[in-house]
Amino acid sequence: MRLPLLALLAKEPAHGYELKQALEQTFGNAYPSPNIGQIYVTLGRLEKDGLVRAVDVEQSNRPNKKVYFLTADGREALETWVDEPTEGPRVRDEFFMKLVLAPLTGIADRMALINRQRRHYLSLMRDLTELAERTDPGDRVALLLIEGATLHLQADLDWLERCQEDLVS
Amino acid sequence: MTVLRTLNLVRIYQNGGVPVPAVRGVDFTVEAGEFVAIMGPSGSGKSTLVHMLGGLDQRTSGEIWLDGKRVDTLSESAWAVLRRRKIGFVFQFYNLVTNMTVADNVELPALLAGMSSREARERREYLLGELGLTERAYAAPAELSGGEQQRVALARALANGPRLLLADEPTGNLDSRNTRDVLKLLGEVHGNGQTVVVVTHDAKVASKADRVVTLSDGMIVDDASMRRRRFPPGSAGDVVELHG
Ligand SMILES: Nc1ncnc2c1ncn2[C@@H]1O[C@H](COP(=O)(O)OP(=O)(O)OP(=O)(O)O)[C@@H](O)[C@H]1O
Ligand SMILES: [Mg+2]
Repeated sequence: MRLPLLALLAKEPAHGYELKQALEQTFGNAYPSPNIGQIYVTLGRLEKDGLVRAVDVEQSNRPNKKVYFLTADGREALETWVDEPTEGPRVRDEFFMKLVLAPLTGIADRMALINRQRRHYLSLMRDLTELAERTDPGDRVALLLIEGATLHLQADLDWLERCQEDLVS
Repeated sequence: MTVLRTLNLVRIYQNGGVPVPAVRGVDFTVEAGEFVAIMGPSGSGKSTLVHMLGGLDQRTSGEIWLDGKRVDTLSESAWAVLRRRKIGFVFQFYNLVTNMTVADNVELPALLAGMSSREARERREYLLGELGLTERAYAAPAELSGGEQQRVALARALANGPRLLLADEPTGNLDSRNTRDVLKLLGEVHGNGQTVVVVTHDAKVASKADRVVTLSDGMIVDDASMRRRRFPPGSAGDVVELHG
């Protein structure tokens, strides 16, 4: 949840409850809504790491509220996250976060993110294709493993195409 | 050397009086010997674009240049001559001649390009062999599965040894083994220095290309050269690492 919070703060400073609402608004039912406690814990850690800072804002007849904003280091962490192609088995979830949050932050547009991710998948596919060509045709087990990875990658690419159709206008 | 170039190419269909812009200003260049894949969602204009590149559909505006000559202004018969001599075209929906055998479908373009009947037969035997279709040579297209017809369409497009191959989804109906045969053949064609432009949804096909061009809504939104990695992975065990 760290990076989505940074992305929301890149748009504008906010306090914890506003961040919770913004997450709910942005992701709808796609992600379980975090509870306010989790958000404050995460903000505390981000503050400790120097990625966000907080200022106390006085409120009439209520306790002060803490408004968080992004530091230069926080912005850098966010940009690094957005800029790198998403690796790993939970590719979809994490890439999807970037895709949904990108236009909010003004860091990258969606088409650029999709293009980068597509290039990344295609270069993985190229590795797999070359690997398949170099593998002994008698090694059925290895070839099936490669075939499985290939089919997963194809599914990721097809899904990327759906994102392109539905999210980029 | 540039083989193909388009300048602000546009194709607008009329659908019951409503204009449907299928290709909206494409600037696209292909160098000799390049292998280019065109990807993009359904309806993004891929078939329309390659049909225009092969002279099978009329542009609405813009220019097409082939081997340094402007061709979008050519007559249909001049295009037919070009296709006979130097372009091979694989249609998304095969377009085989239904009342000719597989063998004749493949030999015809070789004969039209001026090969002797012996050369045409040898060429046909080679191509059908590469695509695992030797046994089907004397069948009629209607007796073939979709995947078989698709491979015959590729063999036919390659029969005249075209300098430029335009292929629209040549593996759309194939299982992974037949896809591998097609990829091997495309690799050979590319290795011979022939230029290949292939529309595909299949990432395996795209991963063989030097360049991947992506269309969206009739426009090019990405044009990526696929550089080879310096350290390709070593063995199948790495695949798990490679892709979670
Ligand atoms: N002959 C036609 N008349 C009217 N509209 C057409 C015609 N051919 C194509 N179109 C329209 O033009 C657009 C592009 O079609 P095209 O066939 O080029 O897409 P494609 O990218 O090849 O799609 P697919 O991946 O499904 O093959 C679509 O909106 C399609 O409906
Ligand atoms: Mg098509």
